[in-house]
Amino acid sequence: MRFHFEIVVELKEGLLDPQGKAIEDALPTLGFSNVSNVRVGKIIELDVDAASGDEAATQAEEMGERLLANPVIETIRYSYRAEEGRHVSAGMGASSKIEIERG
Amino acid sequence: MTRVGVVTFPGSLDDRDARRAVEYMGGHGVALWHRDRDLRGVDAVILPGGFSYGDYLRAGAIAGRAPIMGAVREFAERGGPVVGVCNGFQILCEAGLLPGALIRNRSLQFVCTPVHLRVETSGSVLTGSCTVGDVIEVPVKHGEGQFVAASEELRRIEDDGLVLFRYCSPQGELGDAYNPNGATDHIAGLRNDAGNVCGLMPHPEHAVDPDVGPIGGQPLFESLLSHALESVG
Repeated sequence: MRFHFEIVVELKEGLLDPQGKAIEDALPTLGFSNVSNVRVGKIIELDVDAASGDEAATQAEEMGERLLANPVIETIRYSYRAEEGRHVSAGMGASSKIEIERG
Repeated sequence: MTRVGVVTFPGSLDDRDARRAVEYMGGHGVALWHRDRDLRGVDAVILPGGFSYGDYLRAGAIAGRAPIMGAVREFAERGGPVVGVCNGFQILCEAGLLPGALIRNRSLQFVCTPVHLRVETSGSVLTGSCTVGDVIEVPVKHGEGQFVAASEELRRIEDDGLVLFRYCSPQGELGDAYNPNGATDHIAGLRNDAGNVCGLMPHPEHAVDPDVGPIGGQPLFESLLSHALESVG
C-alpha cells in the first residue's frame, strides 16, 4: 500500500525564528497590527510504499530522526493517510489521517 | 610533508582557498570529492566553507550524510584531525561529530567582516600551537553562524572546555559589539572531547597570506600541520 505523509518541521519554541520575526515586522505595514507569535516552518510531503501504516510511520519517523529535522533546534510532526490506489483523485483516497507528535 | 585532504561538495566555495592555505603553510593539499568513499591516505581533513547542496533542508544537512562522511567519521573516531570551517562547521554539527547547531544570524543579515577571536584552549589539533588568551584576527562571512545548543548540552560544552574560540575585541574582551551573529556565549568554534575534531565559523584559510589581509589563520594551520602527523593512529 501507498501512504502519503505530510511532515511538519518547526523551530523549537524559544528559539529565535528570524523569518517569523521578519514577517511579524512586515504585517503591521499592511494594517495587521494585532498579529504576534509568527513562526515559519516547513512541510515535507512524501509517499511511502509499505505493508501497513505502522510500518510506513516507523520508517517516516526514522527519516525524521536521521535527516528531516535537527533535534537540537527543531520539532517534527507527522500526519499520513493511506492511498487506496495510485489513480484515486485527491480527497477520495483519504481513508484515515493519523497524527504523530514527537519532539 | 603533511597531506591535508579538502572535501569538495557541490556548492563548496572555499575548497581551493583551503588547499592553497595548506600549501602556503608548507603542507600538501589533496582534493577529495563528496562521492569518494576513502580519504586517499591523508593525514588530516578539512571540510571547507560554502553552500553545500545549496543549503537545502538545513545548512550542512545533506552534506552531513554524503558518501564521504562515512570515511570522515571513521577517520575522526581513529583520532584523525578533522576541521570544519563555516559550512564545514555546520556539516560537522549536522553529522553529530560536534554538539549544537548553527542558525540564522540574530541580525537576520549576512555578515562579511574581519573579527577577533580569543583562543580558549590549546587542547586541540587546531590550537595546539596557541596559548590560551591569544587573540587572532580572521574574517567571517556567513548568514547562519549563530551557535546554539540545548541548555544541558551548553553546560557540558562549557564544563568540559570544548569552546575553542570566542568572538572578542582586539584586546580580547567579550561583548555583544564583537559578536557578529549573536552566538551563544560568543562561541565561534568548538572541539570534540578528544580535540581532534574542530569546527569554527571564521575562515582561517582566508587569513594566512599577509599580501591579502590579516594572518590570524597562520597559527591554526601550523597547529594542524604539525599535529596531524602525530595524532593519526
